[in-house]
Amino acid sequence: MDLFLQNIVNALQWGSFYALIALGYSMVYSILMLFNFAHGDIFMVGAYIGFGIATALLGFAAMIGLPLPGWLILILTILFSMFFTSFVGMLIERIGYRPLREAPRASAAITGLMIGIILETGNLALLGARRLSFPALIESATYQFGGIFVTNKKILIVLVSLSLMYVLHLFIQKSKWGMAMRAMSFDFQAVPLMGVSINKIAPLTFAIGSALAAAAGILYGLAYPVLDPYMGVLLGWKAFVAAILGGRGSILGAALAGFLLGFIEIFVAWIFPSTLRDIIAYSIILLILTFRPHGFFGQAHSTQLRL
Amino acid sequence: MQLVIENLQVSYDKIKALHGITFKIDKGEIVCIIGANGAGKSTTLRAISRLLPADKGSVMQFENKDLLKYQPDKVVSELGISHVPEGRRLFGNLTVMENLKLATFARKDKENIRGDIDHVFTIFPRLKERESQFSGTLSGGEQQMLAVGRAYMSGREIMLLDEPSMGLAPLLMLSMFEALKEINRSGTTILLVEQNARLALKFAQRGYVIENGHLVLEGSSQDLLNNPEVKKAYLGG
Repeated sequence: MDLFLQNIVNALQWGSFYALIALGYSMVYSILMLFNFAHGDIFMVGAYIGFGIATALLGFAAMIGLPLPGWLILILTILFSMFFTSFVGMLIERIGYRPLREAPRASAAITGLMIGIILETGNLALLGARRLSFPALIESATYQFGGIFVTNKKILIVLVSLSLMYVLHLFIQKSKWGMAMRAMSFDFQAVPLMGVSINKIAPLTFAIGSALAAAAGILYGLAYPVLDPYMGVLLGWKAFVAAILGGRGSILGAALAGFLLGFIEIFVAWIFPSTLRDIIAYSIILLILTFRPHGFFGQAHSTQLRL
Repeated sequence: MQLVIENLQVSYDKIKALHGITFKIDKGEIVCIIGANGAGKSTTLRAISRLLPADKGSVMQFENKDLLKYQPDKVVSELGISHVPEGRRLFGNLTVMENLKLATFARKDKENIRGDIDHVFTIFPRLKERESQFSGTLSGGEQQMLAVGRAYMSGREIMLLDEPSMGLAPLLMLSMFEALKEINRSGTTILLVEQNARLALKFAQRGYVIENGHLVLEGSSQDLLNNPEVKKAYLGG
């Protein structure tokens, strides 16, 4: 029983990464009907930008002899990294996807894959092949509840992820920008008739998705403090699976399926040898998709018409 | 002249849909373009809204500004030319109120928005009752009211209407045109395209007849209603 609860805690943390990244896939898909296959690498870029900011802040604090508390550096690192990574997302939208808006979807998919390779190899060229170790910004502490052990980092990762998702929910439901995004997901060709520029909503959506991926990158660096240029590939693909499982374009679906994916992986690894984890976990997902090809909240077919 | 269209040509791929049409509209007028299915009615409106590119040689001016220099969203937000598209194209996942508010997204005169929404609710009291309902759940008539109300919120210099009578019961059609007259009285120019020629000509002051991408006839509504060719082709003899 304790082991069961322990695995739930672990699954919540593991699912947080998938959920945060899957949201970016789904948001972009919901408004532009394309998957940004560079999104996993934006997660990596966010982690690296976070690494740079954390290192700079630590150096700055040492230089002026002011011992900035670790939690403050962590908060600043998350915020700044989200901010800067959102510009990476907007840049990718502007130069990679906007020229292809009328092009066949396959062109956008190929472009995304190429942008991903450019980000990976660009990082490799810039920083070399050595792995970086993400600074431990806060001291680890382990709390015991009955028979289960919870680290402060796990609590932090889950809480920060859930808070970000709640803020995203409020933004989409309450703000006029979120309203425009919802409208665009319903019928993007009718949006300009409302005086709303698609060239404002599309970059905003990329910016938000990228900021969430950056937050995931830093939280990941906190839990697994080794950064390498290909860290976003497998995680990104798995988060993409979560976005499909949640239902293409469904924000709620992406978040829920991200956590579900975390649960499936952790519990499969608990029951079976961990070398079989992905084979079994993704066979289960394949089975789910066989019976629900549109995912949990996806539409059976597109209702979009051409204007 | 508020809107000047000269030699407007539009092509889909290589096939010409409009072969150089010319017409002018004065501020405050109600003008209709009638014609059969596929004659180029919707294409004309979509070209004015800049949803379709116009071929070389086309001239479109709104209050002496070159329409061809504007993006579709700016045609609405900067020039005030609103468009009620074919099939209404409401955002079914947004409430009635949200549909109306979205149309004010780029408006700079924030202080007038509340009053304008109230005005829409005076013209269409039914929308007030349905305020917080998703627009996808409205009846056909209510959806048409919302489409017009939403266009009114987005821009009021000119309203372009694509078949506002489509799918409406005769009684609803009449009250819809009454509402459009009220919008026109408050200063909005109206250009509508219709297959229902009799209804359109009774509502408009002037009309044009479009056939295969050419404007073939123009005149006051009275003249067109009495024109033997129009009678034969569009009014059922």
